[in-house]
Amino acid sequence: MRREPQYTWMFLAGVLVAIGCGSRPQDAAATSQEQGGAKPVRLAQATEGSGVAPAPAGSGTIRGTVKFSGAQPAATHIKMDADPQCQLQHKEPVSKQDVVVNPNGTLQHVFVYVKSGLEGQTFAPPADAVVLNQHGCMYQPHVMGIQVGQPLEIVNGDATLHNVNCKPANSKPFNIAQPVQGMKSKKQFTAQEIMVKCACNVHPWMAAYVGVLPHPYFSVSGEDGGFSLNRLPAGDYTVEAWHERFGTQTKTAHVGDGETASVDFDFSG
Amino acid sequence: MSPAQHSAPSRAGFWRTYVFSTDHKVIGIQFLITSLVMLLFGGLLAALMRWQLGWPGHPLPFMEQIAPNGMPGGVMVPEYYNMLFTMHGSIMIFFGIIPILVGAFGNYLIPLKIGAPDMAFPRLNMASYWLMPPAIVIMLAGFFVEGGAASAGWTSYTPLSATLGAGQTCWIVSVIFVGTSSIIGAINYIATIINLRAKGLTFFRLPMSIWALFITAIMSLLATPVLASAVIMLLLDRGLGTSFFLPAGMVVDGVPWTGHSGGQVLLWQHLFWFYSHPAVYIMILPAMGFVSDILANFSRKPLFGYHSMVYAISGIAVLGFLVWAHHMFVSGMNPALGTSFMAATMVIAVPTGVKMFNWLATLWRGSIRLTTPMFHACAFLSLFLVGGLTGIFAASMPVDIYLHDTYFIVAHLHYVLLGGSLFGAFAGITYWFPKMFGRMMNERLGLAHGALSFLFFNAVMFPMFILGIGGMPRRIYDWSQYAHLAHFGPLNRMMSVSAFCLVVTQFIFMVNFFWSLFKGKRAPENPWEATTLEWATSSPPPHGNFATPPTVFHGPYEYSVPGRATDWVAQNAA
Amino acid sequence: MTRISVRHFFPHKKCLTLLLLLLAAEPAWAFGSGGARFWFPEAVSSYGAQVDRLFVIVLAVTGAIFFLVEGALLWFLIRYRRRDGVAAAYVHGNVRAEIIWTVIPAAIVLYLALASQRVWAYIQGPPPPHQLELEIKAEQFAWNIRYPGPDGRLHTTDDVETINQLHLPVGQVVLINLSSKDVIHSLFLPQFRLKRDAVPGMTGRMWVQATNTGNFEIVCAELCGLGHYRMRGFVVIETPDAFQAWLKQVQQEQSA
Repeated sequence: MRREPQYTWMFLAGVLVAIGCGSRPQDAAATSQEQGGAKPVRLAQATEGSGVAPAPAGSGTIRGTVKFSGAQPAATHIKMDADPQCQLQHKEPVSKQDVVVNPNGTLQHVFVYVKSGLEGQTFAPPADAVVLNQHGCMYQPHVMGIQVGQPLEIVNGDATLHNVNCKPANSKPFNIAQPVQGMKSKKQFTAQEIMVKCACNVHPWMAAYVGVLPHPYFSVSGEDGGFSLNRLPAGDYTVEAWHERFGTQTKTAHVGDGETASVDFDFSG
Repeated sequence: MSPAQHSAPSRAGFWRTYVFSTDHKVIGIQFLITSLVMLLFGGLLAALMRWQLGWPGHPLPFMEQIAPNGMPGGVMVPEYYNMLFTMHGSIMIFFGIIPILVGAFGNYLIPLKIGAPDMAFPRLNMASYWLMPPAIVIMLAGFFVEGGAASAGWTSYTPLSATLGAGQTCWIVSVIFVGTSSIIGAINYIATIINLRAKGLTFFRLPMSIWALFITAIMSLLATPVLASAVIMLLLDRGLGTSFFLPAGMVVDGVPWTGHSGGQVLLWQHLFWFYSHPAVYIMILPAMGFVSDILANFSRKPLFGYHSMVYAISGIAVLGFLVWAHHMFVSGMNPALGTSFMAATMVIAVPTGVKMFNWLATLWRGSIRLTTPMFHACAFLSLFLVGGLTGIFAASMPVDIYLHDTYFIVAHLHYVLLGGSLFGAFAGITYWFPKMFGRMMNERLGLAHGALSFLFFNAVMFPMFILGIGGMPRRIYDWSQYAHLAHFGPLNRMMSVSAFCLVVTQFIFMVNFFWSLFKGKRAPENPWEATTLEWATSSPPPHGNFATPPTVFHGPYEYSVPGRATDWVAQNAA
Repeated sequence: MTRISVRHFFPHKKCLTLLLLLLAAEPAWAFGSGGARFWFPEAVSSYGAQVDRLFVIVLAVTGAIFFLVEGALLWFLIRYRRRDGVAAAYVHGNVRAEIIWTVIPAAIVLYLALASQRVWAYIQGPPPPHQLELEIKAEQFAWNIRYPGPDGRLHTTDDVETINQLHLPVGQVVLINLSSKDVIHSLFLPQFRLKRDAVPGMTGRMWVQATNTGNFEIVCAELCGLGHYRMRGFVVIETPDAFQAWLKQVQQEQSA
């Protein structure tokens, strides 16, 4: 109620603007696509968008690879004919992202993080946002990590509607629509959670997984299957690897100052 | 029941005189001002929707400050669009049209036109008004709660309305308040009209506006409890896990809704339309009544076929309760039911036609003064005609399969509710303004407002028939993606510009209203030389209305009686 | 008594002229630049032409009434405007006139009701023998469409499923079972003149018979949430051979 006078004059201004624009007929379909489409955001690599740690205390590193020793599943393709806007953006068929085995026999999209060993320490969330892009009707990245309280910027790089429907159990769920190319929204998670699933109801094949942690020690296995947890304080840690289909595995590791510990995981389909 | 008790001039303070007053005239004016403000607000919501429809996805940068979640960067998001049309419909119907026609005019006119000092239950009357402000606050609070305002349409179809957030609860609670207000108002109107008529004022000497309000009150009393119970059932389904409207096996957004079974989705539609179709007549019958009074006055001629007009209104009221499922031809209900509801719907065209022809015959051989109220009454005739005739398309089931939920229906309902009800309301305001405030309105501004509104209204709404025939669904945030609608860009922009002009035009009315309120020419007791009782007392009438209780000797429309010195005979003239 | 006639409508003639020009210009602009199309999209179903014909009948009847009443209204307003020394007639009514304008509209609506019922019975009555049966399950915000595989039966392991892709063989009667997972949606095929709500807890059965090949769209016509406007599907009507070939191809892709 308090805002009503504001509404009134703002609408009046809107009416005037509208009359001004009215004299230039344009094709609505074309303009609605141009809108905000000046710079469709492109992220280089799916795996590298996942939160980079700022400058924590230590100088230890846990490094390793995620091997895959099961039967290689046949690559299946996503049918995008449900929305021609999606199909237009891909000349080659797009493979599903749930099980991606690299040529060197390692597994992509595995979320590796420090599960315990950091008790009692607090880490301020970085001010830089982690970007979740929707491009070609796929989430980029498919699996990512973020710190509690760190901004998550959700970007629509497509000229179609995406809704981002994230359902964390510990933070407030949200479901927002981004109808126009180039739209950005900022969100954040308020509590730790492994993993938050985000999906798009317009394109049922789209899914992203977000690991929310109170510290910056997480990584996602990339195209070489490798991961790296950097700048760890010296100590004993439990490290967990999470995969959307194959579940979790844990390993322990000891890191001293300036040392690098090696931990490998092995998933078998 | 002794109305004399409260007819004594009161020496109450400011609060009891102007705010918490039991005087029906003050309450009527409170309803009037409230509903005019809400009509303006609802119109602004519509203008915002027309922005999105005219220029889909284009930013309106200043809106980001008002609705940061709804229009980030000034670009409207679909959820916000859904909220806009939901709130536009709910506000216009519950806080605009029903309160202005029934609340404002019902309260103001009934005691004056029947020669009574006040309503039968003045305190109940005050309560019926004071339920409105909380209802409005609760409804609008939806904009500020988590998830935003209700966005399931003003019809709030289940199960969608069961899946939405706190805004929907606000909507439900607000509707319960409004419903209660309507019910106690209706009881009061019925009791007053039956019991407090002046000596000699038989039922068949009542002006049409009172007949219309009387029958409206009966409809309101019978229909509103059904709405109230339906929304309470919805509240229970949402909050307490009952299953009135929710069937087993629903999977919403990937999550199975266990714990619900045996509900019937279509039950909501049956209950909702059992109220909401009669509500359409609640929103049009009073306007028909005002227009009848005004047409007779400014034609200086008795209303043609007074008795058949009364029977026609009664017929519409009875049939109005038997047609609700014509909103549900494609809902999946038994097609045989569709046939019976089509039949009843077609039949309702007959009494409506009778009224239309009687109005025309009233003009025939009259001596017509085209004043502002008369202009609005004639605009009502011409626009309501379109609304009524296009209803026949929607009544024809095979045609309705195609037209249902398209812009054809949007156009149809706006021709009835804006072209009909609101032009009727403006006819009423301009006609009774001198009585309410003791001053005349400016004729030039009044006619300019009426004529421009008429033109811009048609420029917005008529093309909607074309959009509907072209297959454009309603409640759609961005139509431009559909191949069969792609050519509608210019037409939609033209409609949007007209809609903005229609909103701006209303400021002429505002200027006229306030200017006349303070600077208008002093109104005499009976400026329109009218016959009915409200003109037989001063303008504005004192507390208690009449110095001596009037006695009625004539019918309501004794104009141009041969052999009389004046061309009108007041109802209370000896 | 205020005395104002038609001439007092607008104080300045220029103002009126400008307004009329503006109003004339608007539709010209609207249709000049967009290619005028006032009518239905083309009809491609067996009952499309019947629905259109019924619409034209209703349009003719209501159009005639419209011009009659609006014409009379304007004519009376001009012909019987207030003139000095001319009093209005003192007439309260006329029973014969009342009977005429009750009976004639009643006869008209009776005719329209019978005409509507005939087409309604054809569309909603028992469907003709069908050659294909498929299932559409709506959800927020997609159409899940299930075709029978080589065994010709639904709900067997060889079913073919698509999202938003409705292929129909031209000329064949196709039975559609329509349901919904979550909220009410409405399957609207404008070119088929077909619309039906998809209601959770209920299965709607309807039939279509396409008469022409071509590519069209599915529209969701019942508000179903934030993605309602984007709940668009695609209809491909093709020859039965092309349809079978498409079905086989999708099935191979699925089992691959």
